[in-house]
Amino acid sequence: MSSPARPSTRSTRSSRGTLTRGKPVALAAAGLLALTACGGSDGGSGSDDGPVTLRMTIWTGNEEHLKLLNGIAADYREQHPEVQEITFDTLPVESYTTALTTQIAGGKAPDLAWIFENSAPDFVTSGALAEIEDDPDVLPSAKKLWQHEDKLYAYPFSTSPFGVFVNTDMLKEAGRPAPAELIEQGRWTWEEVAQTGAAVRDETGEAGMVIRDFDYKLWDNLAAVWGGWGAAPWSEDGRTCTFDAPEMTEAMTFLHDAVFVDEALPAPGTTANFFAGEAAMTVTQISRASLLDDSFGWDFVPLPEGPAGSYDVIGQAGLGVLADGDNVEEAVDFLAFMTNEKNSAALGRYFPQARSSQLDAGTLAKSNPQLKPAQLEEVVIGGIENGVVKPTHTNQAELYDAVRAALDPLWQPDADVAKTLQDVCSAIQPQLEK
Amino acid sequence: MATLERARAKAAPPHPRGDGSRRPFWTARRRDQLAGYLFIAPQLLGSVLFVLIPLALVFWYSFHEWNVLAGSFRGVGADNYRALADDPKLPGVLRATAFFSVGLVVLNLGLALALAVLLNQKLRGSIVFRTLFFSPVVVSLVAWTIVWGFLLQKNGGINAGLDLVGVDGPNWLRGETSSMISVIVVQVFKNVGLNMVLFLAALQGVPRELYEAATVDGAGPWRRFLRITVPLISPTILLTSIITVVGSLQVFAQIAVLTQGGPGNSTTVLVYYLYQQAFEFHHFGYGATLSVLLFLIVLVLTVVQWQMRKKWVFHES
Repeated sequence: MSSPARPSTRSTRSSRGTLTRGKPVALAAAGLLALTACGGSDGGSGSDDGPVTLRMTIWTGNEEHLKLLNGIAADYREQHPEVQEITFDTLPVESYTTALTTQIAGGKAPDLAWIFENSAPDFVTSGALAEIEDDPDVLPSAKKLWQHEDKLYAYPFSTSPFGVFVNTDMLKEAGRPAPAELIEQGRWTWEEVAQTGAAVRDETGEAGMVIRDFDYKLWDNLAAVWGGWGAAPWSEDGRTCTFDAPEMTEAMTFLHDAVFVDEALPAPGTTANFFAGEAAMTVTQISRASLLDDSFGWDFVPLPEGPAGSYDVIGQAGLGVLADGDNVEEAVDFLAFMTNEKNSAALGRYFPQARSSQLDAGTLAKSNPQLKPAQLEEVVIGGIENGVVKPTHTNQAELYDAVRAALDPLWQPDADVAKTLQDVCSAIQPQLEK
Repeated sequence: MATLERARAKAAPPHPRGDGSRRPFWTARRRDQLAGYLFIAPQLLGSVLFVLIPLALVFWYSFHEWNVLAGSFRGVGADNYRALADDPKLPGVLRATAFFSVGLVVLNLGLALALAVLLNQKLRGSIVFRTLFFSPVVVSLVAWTIVWGFLLQKNGGINAGLDLVGVDGPNWLRGETSSMISVIVVQVFKNVGLNMVLFLAALQGVPRELYEAATVDGAGPWRRFLRITVPLISPTILLTSIITVVGSLQVFAQIAVLTQGGPGNSTTVLVYYLYQQAFEFHHFGYGATLSVLLFLIVLVLTVVQWQMRKKWVFHES
């Protein structure tokens, strides 16, 4: 049994400048305690000698997920009687990072936390996380986002490729060929998707293609589209905006036409849920397969090709230990246990694992019974091995909002695509240069 | 009262008075003062803990840079206030805040007064309508806003209704002006019932004889409203206008649920902006500085309204 993340002997924070966190909170707390003449532990910490309790923040409330996590925690506690309790604290997914940072600011940092890929650079480079030991079984491409100066700060517990779920019944009704046929013929392209989406709209009145979670706000989900044109929001070093590059302009022009001319995608302000049978196709991650039932025929295929050829995009989530927690050493040890070979295989049932020992269709089929071996081979294995992670950058939240605001004029029927994208660069270039 | 008297008697037994004798500590005045302080203690303690201390801390934070993730907290003098003056986004934020506040105050007070006057008539069903207009006040704000979010979609209930009368409704939450109007209307319908009830109570306190005398003197309905109703309910108008102005500057949930400050930054009002700066962008020091600005704006507007009462509020001059 390998141990991917054994306890680090030191906290990274201590090597990164003066520790001053907690001052304001301490002052406020002192004032409040003096006035109320009460105090005590929050129950989330342990002393060097006493029993330890660990708390992990997560964004899933799914009963199956919680059952799996609690099972792993129970196994760990059997082997480590000094750990009295391990709790999983579900925070709402929409405000997860905000809630987590607010807990940290309030002096109530959890011991361990799930971290979205879009806030990874901020957490990893700031010193908020303790170092964990590297594991050679995890693919280097999956670890890249969670490393800083050659040290690993979080375990990529979910590496989920984007693909296209297709309602084959709806395509049949619209008189369009199934994507599987188009793939065989080498015609599975975004142009075909636009034509199919428009046909579905005309023939059935339902939505054609939905970029799930985008909703004309969460723009980083568009990476699953513009990747087909070889576009990216900024240069690899993150210092130059490339929203106004020709390939991005072409990609966004295609998208704009698909929405407002072909009506292949639902317009802004219109919702359509693929999994409720309201759309023919949706771009999303494999982990959403659990939302499917037998109410319609479906398929899961790779992302369509664009002018730049085929490509893969992945979404990630990391599991890190907060350097400011009360039980860093125990938390790092629990993380190592949670992500060992056996437990990571169990986690892989819901969260695709980027481990070379588990990256074969046979292993993946055990945890993804809804998908065929060919689908797993094409979309999951290929995606995890070659996928580009959705856009990330330090100071992501501010940058994200600036792009969202500057992109908004694009989602009007008469938008000037090139000018809007230039405006996006004008808005964010100063931030990228910081 | 009898219990209080007994307690007083027990607390302060008779003390011989005379030359050289000391005056008892628990005088009647002191006992009354203690009782008074005990009565207000819960409210006072709450205000100190949850208003005054946080307020002082906000001022203190505004002179610091606090990076939660990096764990750094250091004094930066007036840097945050200089950043406030140079913030290119702030003028737009203040314009959006002013647009929202003016729109909300005018629509809310106007509609509340109109409804109160209508429902003050002795008409069949007026109690049903009073209940109908007041019921949104007791509904959860977030639930109310989420439902309106669905209604305001391009293919939502509002446009479906407009479609029935041949009107092609706009994409309410995607246009810069329409999104702000939508947020204002959602908020007005949520709280107009509260002001309506306050106005109703005030209207029912206006003596009937004044209207009868004015009618005998030949005053029409509009003149009676302007010369009798408005002056006599002006204290309530002052109260509702202060509550509504302060409330309008604190709008947050509606923006967070419906628009997240967009499209563009058209609905990014001051409270939402300071929330973004502090809790999303992790600039807690600058967020605190924006809180100070909001505090000053609310303070100035309240003081101005309070001072202006002498000019137009009945019995205040």
